[in-house]
Amino acid sequence: MLQINNLHAGVGGKKILRGIDLEIRPGQVHAIMGPNGSGKSTLAQVLAGRDTYEVTSGKVLFEGRDLLALEPEERAAAGIFLAFQYPVEIPGVTNMYFMRAALNSIRKQRGLPEIDAFDFMESMKRKMQLLGMPEAMLNRAVNAGFSGGEKKRNEVLQLAVLEPKLAILDETDSGLDIDALKTVAGGINALRGPGRSFLVVTHYQRLLDYIVPDVVHVMSAGRIVRSGGKDLALELERKGYAELDEAAVSELVR
Amino acid sequence: MIALKEDVPGYAAQFERRMSAGEPAWLRELRAGAMRSFSTLGFPTTHHEDWKYTNVSPVATTPFGEGPAAWPAAAPPAGPAAWPVNARLVFVNGHLSRELSAVRGLPAGVAVQSLAEAVRNGSTVLESHLGRHAGYSEQAFVALNTALAVDGAVVTIDSGVVLEQPVVLVYLTSPAGGPAASYPRTLVLAGRESRASVVEIYSGPDDSAYFTNAVTELVVREGAAVDHYRVQLEGRQAYHVATVQGVQDRAGILASHNFSFGAALARHDINSVLDAEGAECSLNGLYLAGGSQHVDNHTLLDHAKPNCASRELYKGILGGHGTGVFNGKIVVRQDAQKTNAIQSNKNLLLSRDAVINTKPQLEIFADDVRCTHGATVGQLDREALFYLRSRGIPVRDSRDLLTRAFAAELLDAIRWQPLRETLETELHRRLSQMVEAAAK
Repeated sequence: MLQINNLHAGVGGKKILRGIDLEIRPGQVHAIMGPNGSGKSTLAQVLAGRDTYEVTSGKVLFEGRDLLALEPEERAAAGIFLAFQYPVEIPGVTNMYFMRAALNSIRKQRGLPEIDAFDFMESMKRKMQLLGMPEAMLNRAVNAGFSGGEKKRNEVLQLAVLEPKLAILDETDSGLDIDALKTVAGGINALRGPGRSFLVVTHYQRLLDYIVPDVVHVMSAGRIVRSGGKDLALELERKGYAELDEAAVSELVR
Repeated sequence: MIALKEDVPGYAAQFERRMSAGEPAWLRELRAGAMRSFSTLGFPTTHHEDWKYTNVSPVATTPFGEGPAAWPAAAPPAGPAAWPVNARLVFVNGHLSRELSAVRGLPAGVAVQSLAEAVRNGSTVLESHLGRHAGYSEQAFVALNTALAVDGAVVTIDSGVVLEQPVVLVYLTSPAGGPAASYPRTLVLAGRESRASVVEIYSGPDDSAYFTNAVTELVVREGAAVDHYRVQLEGRQAYHVATVQGVQDRAGILASHNFSFGAALARHDINSVLDAEGAECSLNGLYLAGGSQHVDNHTLLDHAKPNCASRELYKGILGGHGTGVFNGKIVVRQDAQKTNAIQSNKNLLLSRDAVINTKPQLEIFADDVRCTHGATVGQLDREALFYLRSRGIPVRDSRDLLTRAFAAELLDAIRWQPLRETLETELHRRLSQMVEAAAK
């Protein structure tokens, strides 16, 4: 589904990603862990098409297409979704209007008709219930004045509405208490299926107790330094990133 | 005969015509006084501090004629002139159109008449209010309107009367005339504890460089509440100059909404005197300038008495080579202790060539007051733009959505739904034009 080869990217001449190789197959959940500044979030944003970052070399194929040649909205239509670490507040646009505009834009790009307003409302209500969100949030402006937890739920709601093929979750667990974390993870797990893959970026192992990954990668200084099964996350939890870094460096030197 | 400083023959002839129209003595005196002011003042130039950024020389040098007194086409104009409201006065080139107007089913204690009609009927309140609030000794355009106004609207709401539906005043310039001038005049008298809203709409053809010079006086008596909407949708080449002057008695509430979307050159002076304790005034404004449009908003809140509050929010969207001016003056007189005044002007620049000049002007002579002001000039938020695009919304739609979101709070403040919807549609249409022009 997603194939990243030797991806290098940075901002303003500063190198952040220094050769990422990664392959995600349909239905898989991959977790990317790593210390702050290792480039996890940059990778997430580059995949979604943020133009702040400049891709200097490498290749990204999404279902065989050259992802880097697509505009952000085209990537969304192709089936990529990024749940933002810091969701943006948009006063003056209601959540409801925004989500319908998003869904219809994607449908239009795929040559599908606009969704029926009634059907849309019904499916929104169902999805909000699943995420423990009051219906009143539909009429509030997008993320405006939302608490940290509400913003993260709202990201997952969008994920549920847009039903992407690849969902990239950027620190979706940060700022959530344990109950909210369980609800959000439940919402995400409900979306898992053979046709949908996840790339879960997180600093902590905690989230992975609830969203169990197939593959765990560890990033350090812009590279993936280790990959393994879900046990790797537990090992990291025990040893911390510092020890791993040393091991990784010696591995690289070797 | 008054000698005119401006060598434009049209004005003298029009003035003579007004003076021979058989109007009562007080009105003839008023007009003569105003004409004297105008002839002394002449049109303002950019040397005047208040007109520094707005050059009205095209207005001063064009010999405007008078448009026909009736709607010339067989088909009546669409839109606001046909809104189903109880009270709708439609004016064509400054003259009341009986065919297009409709006044019926108003509650007792409410009168909506044309100015000419009110003069003919010998309305007693007219003499004490018309031209008594909007000063013309220093304002050339107010003077010109006062001297030359042919017709307009007089809306009176008696004490305690609550008017549910808005009174709609539509001032149209008809298509296919030469460059014509009109001088719409509006007077609203809201009696004690009354409630009313008045909508003024200005519109005209795109293919004529006509001139609208409008003056509105709003008298808000003790405990009354008035919502005043000004909707300027003039044609593309039009010149629109207008003054709104409010005067508020004890605990009188005035909410002014000023939407300026049209005209090549638009200048609005929106003023109110908070003339007794407990008065509250809110000034809301939304202005667009694309292409080579120029829009100038000068507001003046005169806090004359203690314990009054004012809140002002003006937002501008400027694209193309559009230019805008915001000058927000707040005067707090020595007597006006415990004044609470908040002013905010926010501007969105959609192009590199768009310009805004924004200036707060606070003159505070009392010592126990709370006055805040702020102005921002910015572009669309890049983070928000990426957020929308990452959800599949194409870049153009995303820009459009964010621009409309910027304007939303001012449209949301419109209580009357047909007006809100009309303006949403107008805004959308004009913003799309701006974006399209930018793409070319």
